[in-house]
Amino acid sequence: MKILVCISHVPDTTSKINFSENNTKFDSNGVQYVINPYDEFALTRAMWFKEKQGATVTVVNIGNATTEPTLRKALAIGADEAIRVNTEAIDGFAVAKEISEVAKNGGFDIILAGKESIDYNGGMVPGMVATLLNYNFVNACIGLEIEGNKATISREIDGGKELLSCNLPIVIAGQKGLVEEKDLKIPNMRGIMMARKKPLTVVEPVNNELKTSTNSFEKPAAKSACKIVDNVDELVNLLHNEAKVI
Amino acid sequence: MSVLVFAESTSEGKFKKSSFEVTSYGKKIAEQLSTNLVVLTINATENDSLYNYGAEKVLNVSKTNLTSFNAKTYASIIKQAAIKENAKVVIIDSNINGLYLAPIVAVKLNAGYASNAVEIPSSVSPFTVKRKAFSNKAFNNCTISTEIKIVGLAKNSYGVVENLVSGTTEDFSPEIAESNIKVESVEQTTGKVTIADADIVVSGGRGLKGPENWGMVEELATILGAATACSKPVSDLGWRPHSEHVGQTGKPVASNLYIAIGISGAIQHLAGINSSKVKVVINTDAEAPFFKAADYGIVGDAFEVIPNLIEKLKEFKANNA
Ligand SMILES: Cc1cc2nc3c(=O)[nH]c(=O)nc-3n(C[C@H](O)[C@H](O)[C@H](O)COP(=O)(O)OP(=O)(O)OC[C@H]3O[C@@H](n4cnc5c(N)ncnc54)[C@H](O)[C@@H]3O)c2cc1C
Ligand SMILES: Nc1ncnc2c1ncn2[C@@H]1O[C@H](COP(=O)(O)O)[C@@H](O)[C@H]1O
Repeated sequence: MKILVCISHVPDTTSKINFSENNTKFDSNGVQYVINPYDEFALTRAMWFKEKQGATVTVVNIGNATTEPTLRKALAIGADEAIRVNTEAIDGFAVAKEISEVAKNGGFDIILAGKESIDYNGGMVPGMVATLLNYNFVNACIGLEIEGNKATISREIDGGKELLSCNLPIVIAGQKGLVEEKDLKIPNMRGIMMARKKPLTVVEPVNNELKTSTNSFEKPAAKSACKIVDNVDELVNLLHNEAKVI
Repeated sequence: MSVLVFAESTSEGKFKKSSFEVTSYGKKIAEQLSTNLVVLTINATENDSLYNYGAEKVLNVSKTNLTSFNAKTYASIIKQAAIKENAKVVIIDSNINGLYLAPIVAVKLNAGYASNAVEIPSSVSPFTVKRKAFSNKAFNNCTISTEIKIVGLAKNSYGVVENLVSGTTEDFSPEIAESNIKVESVEQTTGKVTIADADIVVSGGRGLKGPENWGMVEELATILGAATACSKPVSDLGWRPHSEHVGQTGKPVASNLYIAIGISGAIQHLAGINSSKVKVVINTDAEAPFFKAADYGIVGDAFEVIPNLIEKLKEFKANNA
């Protein structure tokens, strides 16, 4: 079983978000970058398949050289090899094309990704990868089992979940549930030492047009101060007459 | 040329409020482009209701073998409708199913896609739309440069806008490809308002001390017709199901009213609920960060405030029924 895990490199959840150059660039000053939280669930599930079912695990990132520490962290967690496609990730469609090229060359049975990157919240790369490769695709995945050529998948739906099954190859976009949070793997010393010796291959992108681009950013309008209310009568009154929400 | 909206319906064929919202939004973009709006529906039973929101033409697919949602099949139907109607903009709700199928549609139409849009395009040439980014901590203005554009609309960001037109509904019979993905079983709580659909969400945090104290949260939710939610530690501790966890790494909330009880207001929690219109916090600690993010707050003990609020709301409901 060959697994490819797509790792996006994103600002840590506690980061203060700021922009520079007249709100046209993301200001990475003082920002700590991490493996996208949803991708951590995917990676940990991949490690489980490695330990229990003998899978080999490759991680891939589309990005410039600054993302390499994130890929090294994935290697330290236990991935066997890493691939970085050397181009700025600007448009989800272009990122998906690059990942599908890597996948075509690698003959992967399972491509695991997160349901969205917490930076641009596009939620688009995995579905696009699957469609470009003509693989089966399940989004919002909260459970995955593989037996032979068959995948059984739980998917979150509005107000519940559904159980699906299909054949490999498959692309999965996952979230919590794929593994539990307490089971998330963190690198240990031995893993970190070993990661240094594992291959991290840099490949050049295919010639790729951008379908979307960001020309500027905005921050939410400053909020007016919170009205402190003394009692519930006043609260109900304000919610009804002022906010008009009840 | 046209603007195509996909309006999803429930398995009973009914539209949700968000279907009217995407239709209203599509109508506005059609006006911006001086073109017509076409709305695609699948096994919907109340197609006429879409005329109220500007649908000049409804294409309805009615097929008994399409009773459950399948992203690939639905995406293929949307693609065929887009080609038939020469759609230049395709609008899909950024809800759980819409986020599943839109990227598939984008590849099939070789189109650029912007999900989670929050406004009408600020310009149609170049086509630029404001969307949510950085988990609600900011927005980016995204330009789509392909001939066909796919826009995903974030819930409650445009609103339902009445715009009565005289519309017509046509039957549409696209090719239906067999799906390779089999639905083995579905588990769904019925009769309960889901966080995704709710206009009001009542949410509890670790300040509620234990699962045995959720009775009053549920009672408050029932009176308000609200969904119940919780902070991450509450679901991690097993006090509430994981499906109720909201925040940056949980479910997003975009309701009209969000009531946070005993929740401190950590940045990761706020990121997920920022798009709610009105936020109320009830917390014993006046210094809790949630007060900086809320519109209304009561500094007080939930175990006193909530029962009082329930009584007051019962009275209010009785007087305003
Ligand atoms: C990577 C990462 C992702 C995360 N994602 C999320 C996420 O998606 N969602 C999320 O919620 N959190 C998330 N968190 C956790 C977050 O940082 C906070 O720890 C969490 O939100 C705190 O939950 P809480 O407010 O319920 O509990 P606490 O921080 O313990 O706050 C309890 C509050 O209750 C108040 N209180 C106590 N007693 C009473 C009473 N009797 N009446 C009224 N108020 C009372 C206290 O004053 C306090 O403010 C994440 C953390 C990390 C590191
Ligand atoms: N630049 C990237 N490199 C590798 N994987 C990515 C990249 N961007 C997104 N992904 C994967 O696609 C998922 C969804 O991301 P997005 O569509 O950007 O919200 C992420 O959770 C990753 O698994």
